[in-house]
Amino acid sequence: MSDFPFLVTMIAVPAVGAAVVAALPKGRELLARQLSLGVSLVVLVLAVLAAVAFDTGGERFQLTTSVAWIPDFGVEFALGVDGIALVMLLLVGLLVPLVIGASWEDGPGGTPEERPVRFFFAWLLLLEAMMVGVFAATDVFLFYVFFEAMLVPMYFLIGRFGGPRRQYAAVKFFLYSLVGGLVMLAAVIGLYVVSASELGEGTFAFDALRQLEIDPGVQKLLFLGFFVAFAIKAPLVPLHTWLPDSAAEVPIGGAVLLVGVLDKVGTFGFLRYCLPLFPDASRAFAPLVLVLAVVGVLYAALLAMGQSDMKRLVAYTSISHFGFIALGIFAFTTEAASGAVLYMVNHGIATGLLFLVVGMLIARGGSRQIGDYGGVAAQAPKLAAVFLVAGLASLALPGTNSFVSEFLVLLGSFPERLVYAILATVGIILAALYILLMYQRTMHGPARGVVAPAEGAGSPPGGTADGAGATAVLTAPARTAVRFHDLSVREIAVVAPLVVLIIVLGVQPQLLLDIIEPAVVATLDDLGATR
Amino acid sequence: MIDAPDLSLAALAPLLFVFGAACIGVLVEAFAPREVRHPVQVAVALVGTGGGLAATIVYAATHEWGGGAGSVTAAGALAVDRAGLFLQATVAGLAVLAVLLFAERSLDPARSAFVASAAVPAGSPRDRDQLTATRVQTEVYPLALFAVGGMMLFVTANDLLIMFVALEVLSLPLYLISGLARRRRLLSQEAAVKYFLLGAFASAFFLYGLALVYGATGSVRLGEIRQSLAANDGDVLVVLGLALLVVGLLFKASVAPFHSWTPDVYQGAPTPVTAFMAACTKVAAFGAILRLLYVGFGTEEWTWRPLVYGVAIVSMVVGAVLGLTQTDLKRMLAYSSIAHAGFLLTGVLGLGADGEGSGLAATMFYLLTYGLTTIGAFAVLTLVRDGDGEAGHLSQWAGLASRSPLTAAVMGLFLLALAGIPLTAGFTGKFAVFRAAIEQGAWPLVLVAVLASAVAAFFYLRVIVLMYFSPPAADGPTVGVPGVPTTVVLAVTATATLALGILPGAVLDLAEQAARFVG
Repeated sequence: MSDFPFLVTMIAVPAVGAAVVAALPKGRELLARQLSLGVSLVVLVLAVLAAVAFDTGGERFQLTTSVAWIPDFGVEFALGVDGIALVMLLLVGLLVPLVIGASWEDGPGGTPEERPVRFFFAWLLLLEAMMVGVFAATDVFLFYVFFEAMLVPMYFLIGRFGGPRRQYAAVKFFLYSLVGGLVMLAAVIGLYVVSASELGEGTFAFDALRQLEIDPGVQKLLFLGFFVAFAIKAPLVPLHTWLPDSAAEVPIGGAVLLVGVLDKVGTFGFLRYCLPLFPDASRAFAPLVLVLAVVGVLYAALLAMGQSDMKRLVAYTSISHFGFIALGIFAFTTEAASGAVLYMVNHGIATGLLFLVVGMLIARGGSRQIGDYGGVAAQAPKLAAVFLVAGLASLALPGTNSFVSEFLVLLGSFPERLVYAILATVGIILAALYILLMYQRTMHGPARGVVAPAEGAGSPPGGTADGAGATAVLTAPARTAVRFHDLSVREIAVVAPLVVLIIVLGVQPQLLLDIIEPAVVATLDDLGATR
Repeated sequence: MIDAPDLSLAALAPLLFVFGAACIGVLVEAFAPREVRHPVQVAVALVGTGGGLAATIVYAATHEWGGGAGSVTAAGALAVDRAGLFLQATVAGLAVLAVLLFAERSLDPARSAFVASAAVPAGSPRDRDQLTATRVQTEVYPLALFAVGGMMLFVTANDLLIMFVALEVLSLPLYLISGLARRRRLLSQEAAVKYFLLGAFASAFFLYGLALVYGATGSVRLGEIRQSLAANDGDVLVVLGLALLVVGLLFKASVAPFHSWTPDVYQGAPTPVTAFMAACTKVAAFGAILRLLYVGFGTEEWTWRPLVYGVAIVSMVVGAVLGLTQTDLKRMLAYSSIAHAGFLLTGVLGLGADGEGSGLAATMFYLLTYGLTTIGAFAVLTLVRDGDGEAGHLSQWAGLASRSPLTAAVMGLFLLALAGIPLTAGFTGKFAVFRAAIEQGAWPLVLVAVLASAVAAFFYLRVIVLMYFSPPAADGPTVGVPGVPTTVVLAVTATATLALGILPGAVLDLAEQAARFVG
């Protein structure tokens, strides 16, 4: 069973699927959707089977495959997963079918010529292949290739299928990531040259590289090369400004993957590459990273409160959460790092759900402004309930999945990094504020803005009594108010798995922690090996 | 009694083939009836370049890869070694593609990209007649063949005098064919004059440098110059002479700050000629630079590195930054070519003081990938047309993807390759040259290079944004249906761009094996 090349198949299936979907003739949109959903479900099944085949007490890297790729550079097409990568693959496998389901009907808007549906799904599948590759690569060169190539599908998803400011957002996304990636490229080559001088022959194999004894000065330079790329990806304040733009403009399915998975590559990179490869530099730069992390937690939370655009708000909450994850990683304790990895998964689930619900709301109302909504709960109680669950999971209410991870991060950070942990705790309070304020404004109160009042109720359509409504009128004038219908069966099918997981993982986090912990311990061992 | 110089006809076969075809082309021009001239000339040019490629490969397989260690022939004037053969094959192969672009007849309503009679004043009534006449001009094929021959001679020249002769043989036809555009003829003629004047200047620099180096070392042979340098170093004449020689070559390679002709000439010349220049001239010029620096001046006692280091930075920055401000695609690709020249110089620096290093292999591989991609990009440019010829203005490309998805996809691929995105040939090449430079400790230069790449990526992306993310303009250009030649070029270049990105192993290996100079 474990001999089956899960990882290669998980890359190949969506990649081939993408090519097939893109090659479908015009007018076969339904087939494109069905095919994409089928392919993504196959990947999900493979991911689950891979998790079953994974032995939590076994080798660090399992399900490995390795083929010589570019012998002249010493590059191997080497795949393998540790516990951290495995849970990320599960997250990818889970989110993509849901995203496809969520994009089923509303999908990309506009004329079919300008926004062909089949290309939307083809790019999604290609993105899935790249995401699997980036987490499964155990060769630094291969990782870099996936890391950069991943930009192209997301760039097209934003630029071709996004909102009004999509061109700006797409280019900003691409350039930010590319600059980071190119700096990392220089560091990757530097690492190769160091390995060539130490081992006699250059290599990109992760297992060989982490045993190098690199001069501390060189380590710092290489660490910075990798760190900048990951800090842009993650994103850490002050390199975060691309995320709200991209997340706001990309269609909701893309936003889920962008924030839920793509950005995790940054924090994944901290754990997989920065810490084990450059232990001395990691310790030297840890205070700096922690400051950035805590500043991010607080600053992004404050900005989130100030947003009137729901998608931007969720994007800022994510930046705040990424601060927590970075705090957990650079606290250098097993609890904190395990919490951080768990946070990466939980954040994908909770924020993914939040984005999906926001997307459903926007699909009904046609506006991204919080001030355009009010009293939705009365007309669409299930929608409101799911919104509440997603919101509570985002603010880490005990009983939801995020609570466990946030608690672990703070618990693990307290003994080592007291001040940072205390400051980050303030972020929790702010999280409650921005989530509940958004929930309250959109779901409760009288129907207003784009929400048509129930028959017989007295409030005038489009009536905007408060301040938030006034700004909304400036940005989105003259929208017709509609009655909000509740979640359809398709929408329930999309959100139900996430709601279930939020509760299950809130009560039973051990399911994932068992997988994660050995990998985290091994990572921190690498870090301490030269202490 | 004069001793006959040693001549290895086998080693000279590729050159003889190309020059022979060029001479036959001249005869065809003189004697063949007008109706058959075009097909015959195309056939001769294809046989000449293709035969040159085949002859190079055969010679390489039987001699160099068959146990030979490079030979210096023609009384020491030519060094036919592995690197020389690799570069010759690259030039010849790219020239085949360029000739195919020349031969395209179904895109322009006037049946050719070249003016029928260059002597007719632009804008005159006779000139207007030419636009609709079916007469085509065929002198361009033998001229191009002479240029190709000159380039193939250039990369094997083991002697500064031969190098100079080759420089002229390749340059003079280029000056001429730059001025032959069918449309926007004044721009084309201006380009030709500009190219000629500045090119003549550069040749003079080269010649002056040659004289100084000869004065200082007493020889024009690269190997003897090297020995003389090893014996007595640091002569101010040599420094000056080398600087002047390099200036002459950098001009041809369109390296900033000797680049000022590039945008104008690239824009004005007929697009197939631009493709030819951008690919083949670049290969030839860098081949000569590599040979001059590695063979002639690559001693331990002496270093040209600071010079190349500085020029590389200037070229990358100038190319990337000025490329941002361009609104014409051909000019944009010209600045891209200047930036890429800087990346190539980064690879040139990958030569260790001990003569080891992966710089030569990396640079040669980069030349091949860049040549293929850039020919492809210019080939796409010839497809997008409006009533006035090619639609080169950026704004005209808006919404091309919804009008012609395949054209946009192919162009997108080439642009991503030029930007150096992984899984395209451009990335593999960039990786190779950056690695070569970092191995020699030139990481600050690589840092500049990656930042320049990021800046340059912006203008490549802008084209993709226009093609894919913008609504099509109401009276936008049409996308011509290419004939067989252009289709072949696009298919070959696009396939190669992908293949060298995904599975570059074999070609990298070949470049690695080919990285050997004699002399």
